[in-house]
Amino acid sequence: MSASVSSLPQAAPGSGAPLLEVREVAKRFGAREVLKSISLDIAAGEFLTLLGESGSGKTTLLRLIAGFEQPTAGEIRMAGERLDTLPPYKRRVNTVFQYYALFPHLNVRDNVAYGLRAKNTRKSEIGGRVDEALRMVKMCEYAEARPSKLSGGQQQRVALARALVNRPQLLLLDEPLSALDANLRTQMRGELKALQREVGITFLFVTHDQEEAMALSDRIALLHDGALEQVASPREIYVRPATAYTAQFIGQTNLVRGEVRGGVATCGVLRWPVSGPDGPALFSLRPEAIPLAAYGVAPPDAVHFRGVIRLQIYGGSSELLEVDCGNNQILRVRIPACGPLSGQQEFVFSAADAIRVRE
Amino acid sequence: MYSRTYKAIVSVPPLLWVGFFLLLPYALMFAHSFWAVRDGMLVHEWNLRNYQTLLSNPVYVGVLFRTTRIAASVTLFSLLLGYPLAYYLSFHAGARKELLYQLVIVPLWVSYLVRGYAWKTILGSDGVLNGFLQYLHITHEPVGYLLYSPFAVVLMLTHIYTPFVFLPIYAALEHIPRPLVEASQDLGASPRATFFRVILPLSMPGLLAGATFAFVLSLGDFLAPLLVGGPSGTMIANIVQSLFGAAYDWPLGASISVCILIITVSLLFMTERLDKRWSFE
Repeated sequence: MSASVSSLPQAAPGSGAPLLEVREVAKRFGAREVLKSISLDIAAGEFLTLLGESGSGKTTLLRLIAGFEQPTAGEIRMAGERLDTLPPYKRRVNTVFQYYALFPHLNVRDNVAYGLRAKNTRKSEIGGRVDEALRMVKMCEYAEARPSKLSGGQQQRVALARALVNRPQLLLLDEPLSALDANLRTQMRGELKALQREVGITFLFVTHDQEEAMALSDRIALLHDGALEQVASPREIYVRPATAYTAQFIGQTNLVRGEVRGGVATCGVLRWPVSGPDGPALFSLRPEAIPLAAYGVAPPDAVHFRGVIRLQIYGGSSELLEVDCGNNQILRVRIPACGPLSGQQEFVFSAADAIRVRE
Repeated sequence: MYSRTYKAIVSVPPLLWVGFFLLLPYALMFAHSFWAVRDGMLVHEWNLRNYQTLLSNPVYVGVLFRTTRIAASVTLFSLLLGYPLAYYLSFHAGARKELLYQLVIVPLWVSYLVRGYAWKTILGSDGVLNGFLQYLHITHEPVGYLLYSPFAVVLMLTHIYTPFVFLPIYAALEHIPRPLVEASQDLGASPRATFFRVILPLSMPGLLAGATFAFVLSLGDFLAPLLVGGPSGTMIANIVQSLFGAAYDWPLGASISVCILIITVSLLFMTERLDKRWSFE
């Protein structure tokens, strides 16, 4: 497995011109560089997630697209037209805010109708579209209620209806599920995905929760320190992380440092054939890609090694082992639950699962 | 929790305070308004004559109307000054917010009398304003109606009460979550529409509180008319003062006070009702 990280997909396959183009966008707040030259395309109908820790710049990028902030450099285009020069109220973009931002002085119906009224939609049309939007989020019976009387999940639905009723080209969602409790969050996640398929609107979703990103997205754009680490489908980003940061942020991994010389990678006691340039190298090896040799079917490019089990943590359906392969080289291994293990065991992994990553 | 004895002990001082300084004076005032003065002596003879005099004498009714008119003008002008000021500070002042806020508050530390005399100096016939107007050859002789007129009273009271109107409005505006403003623009409302549909309705409690301050305080003011009002700017509180003082007709003064009290209390009652309608928590 080589370091083939340069050819990342930038647009979802099979799409024409991208709906949104972010071109070398940078943003500073005083001396602080929050975004450093971000370029990103979003295809029409796509569900793209901006994933990152707090302070990674994901919310800032969202606010640049919504129009609440101005980029310091670069440009944003939607359907080919400049977007970043328009004030927020002239953009065909709607936002679902983190704490919903429902108008407390208006009831649910008037909250949902707000956008249509602001754009002077015909009165005869407003009623029907508001009802349709409320039906879509199953909130018809609360139409006359004030937002303060609703639960978090219900407010969330109203916020979605209020944005979707305007039929935006692009819907921005700023950590919309983070204020909900865990059960409700999982439930809303499913509903959100179904809703996106139903309306066919492009969703740009911001979250710090990698599980949420994996479950919802067509593609994930991982932000770190104001720069894009990787943009890829959830499977791609998990199976072939481009950088050490990506590999560690999405799921768990073993980062193995070593050297490549003459088509062979040497990392401590482990050696396996690789194709790629010589030099120092860093590999990501997922814990679940290392079965016990006794149970695993040996792949053609199998790498066998023996190790002493230092720690075994029972996790219900699986066990997490810390294995010392000698010279204090510790690998974390996840295997199906198998009962207590001890002493030296033989493990195996496929050389193709050791992914060479950038620092 | 606190024991009953403790609760009883701590509630005694405030109850005494309210009893002696609020309820007792009001009761006395109320009683006086139904008594009479005969041969320069107060007699405890229950009657309605004070109220009859009050309603039939065009001077009292006229002054009461003028007072209400002045108070309404002061309210209007201090809202027109205070609201935009509060709005600017809350939404657009940026880093200068703290400084500007202090500048609005500073006049409150200056004695009311000093500010009154300042206006006398500015508006008088040989005052600063008249001197300036003549210097510019806009007028050739001093403009007389600047001082000792209802205009001067409205001007001075507006100057004094604008910070009182500003403060609650500013507090209400600061309370509006900024994402609501962003949500409004996000939904396609222009800044103007956002102001009328979101910011103004949500600042209504502050606006009502400010307006009530300005109106009620102006209604009972007697120093401004005394300093800059002149005969044409006399307000109802001046009449009450002279009835209790030089005229020695406490019963009539008390009956006017009762009328002012009724106006004030019903106004407070109304704004309370309105305020409930405009609060959403």
